[in-house]
Amino acid sequence: MSSNPDREYEQLRISGLHAFYGESHILHGIDLEVNRGELVTLLGRNGAGRSTTLKAIMNMVGRRTGSIMINGEETMQCAPHHIARLGVGYCPEHRGIFSSLNVQENLTLPPVVRSGGMSLEDIYTMFPNLYERRFSQGTKLSGGEQQMLAMARILRTGANMLLLDEITEGLAPVIVEKLGEVLVALKNKGLTIVLVEQNFHFAAPLADRHYVVEHGQIVEEISANELSAKQSVLDSYLGV
Amino acid sequence: MSMIFGVPLAVLSGQLLIGVINGAFYALLSLGLAVIFGLLKIINFAHGAMYMLGALVTVVLFDALGINYWVALFLVPIIVGAFGMLIEYFLLRRIAGQDHIYSLLLTFGVALIIQGVLTNIYGVSGLRYTMPDIFKGGVNLGFMFLPYYRAWVIVAALLVCFGTWFIIEKTKLGSYLRAGTEDSQLMQGFGINVPLLISLTYGFGVMLAAFAGVLAAPIYSVTPVMGSSILIVVFAVVVIGGMGSIGGAIITGILMGVVEGLTKTFYPPASSAVIFLVMVVVLMFRPTGLFGKEA
Repeated sequence: MSSNPDREYEQLRISGLHAFYGESHILHGIDLEVNRGELVTLLGRNGAGRSTTLKAIMNMVGRRTGSIMINGEETMQCAPHHIARLGVGYCPEHRGIFSSLNVQENLTLPPVVRSGGMSLEDIYTMFPNLYERRFSQGTKLSGGEQQMLAMARILRTGANMLLLDEITEGLAPVIVEKLGEVLVALKNKGLTIVLVEQNFHFAAPLADRHYVVEHGQIVEEISANELSAKQSVLDSYLGV
Repeated sequence: MSMIFGVPLAVLSGQLLIGVINGAFYALLSLGLAVIFGLLKIINFAHGAMYMLGALVTVVLFDALGINYWVALFLVPIIVGAFGMLIEYFLLRRIAGQDHIYSLLLTFGVALIIQGVLTNIYGVSGLRYTMPDIFKGGVNLGFMFLPYYRAWVIVAALLVCFGTWFIIEKTKLGSYLRAGTEDSQLMQGFGINVPLLISLTYGFGVMLAAFAGVLAAPIYSVTPVMGSSILIVVFAVVVIGGMGSIGGAIITGILMGVVEGLTKTFYPPASSAVIFLVMVVVLMFRPTGLFGKEA
């Protein structure tokens, strides 16, 4: 991987990001960078501000200050529907499968924002279950299938940076394993991935770097090769 | 002459026809309300005023510019729909996401203003609109006389209702609307211009009301207050059908027109109350409405 020429090419740079929901101040100055083709995780306890960081990138929080650069473009003034057009694919924690749409309608709902996305056939090859159930109501799928659908949906759009929020939550080990394979495949294709993850054992072998979030700030940055050295620091942050 | 439960067949079928026609108007109006509520989550109290504008603009355009019925049928919904989009852009958008009560009061206020201004100009005695010649007369079906225009109203309303249902349930644009109804924030995260979708949806709901207004112009008395009386019934229809259900709004609209017509035949004193009675019963046993999804 280290020979990847894009590795030094910045895709996302967040500096001094504060975010608010009404009166509550959730993010207290987040600073992070993600280079093109990297897989970076945001680790931390529940309520630390990891999901809010992703939502803030999507302009889905009440109020934000600071700076979020995507591909070198400042996006703080961008309307929410312009963020996706910069090549960002967002998979929310609640998965966001629409019950009034069938599987195929869910899959083809997000508009294509860049060329080079996966075709419907590619996606059905990667997720055969979705093909079999393409005319079922979206929310009639099992939890694992819904998660596959939520992932597959943003792969069609050609987004080259994926923001994935707790994709393994509540899923059976065999499904989690499948998701891991999908992430490796996407990484090999050169996609940039920001992963908010509770399941450290899932994230550790996949990620290039980890950021630890606590009280709305980045408190530690750990690269994959420092992981064993800093395991005890990490454990104390994550409370395991 | 044949009788059914002591009522002549001709009388019964005549009342049923009136019921179906009223039902067609209920269906068109409650459909627009349901579409608007689905995406905007607002209860559009200005809907009756938009229906009235549809009828009034039809009459005024004919009197002032000689614009005929067929042109009005297309032109008036566009004019009134554009007016609705202005209301959405300049007023409703400012209170988006607030409690229902704000949009309810705002749209109610807008309706009162429109109604008040037009009452000042046109009075409340009713404007005359001459029926197009092609619709004069009717056909004797043997058991009843069917005026051509009434037949046209039923056909036109059903076509528009079916077309709307088809667009919403079966097309790509409709899938945006359905998905936006569930989670508009995520839709925006996918890159869909939700504010534009909201404007267009409100405009479309208003167009349906204005279309009903054009259909009504030749058969109902056209006055600035014609919308406020029908709106209350239409709200009851929407509650019975279940807020936000497209097919439910159409079916319930026609059904309630027929129920009203039957009541008029068999027990006339109850005819103006029967829809509200049904509403009470439905609310007691199925609070989400006949076609509403369980919360």
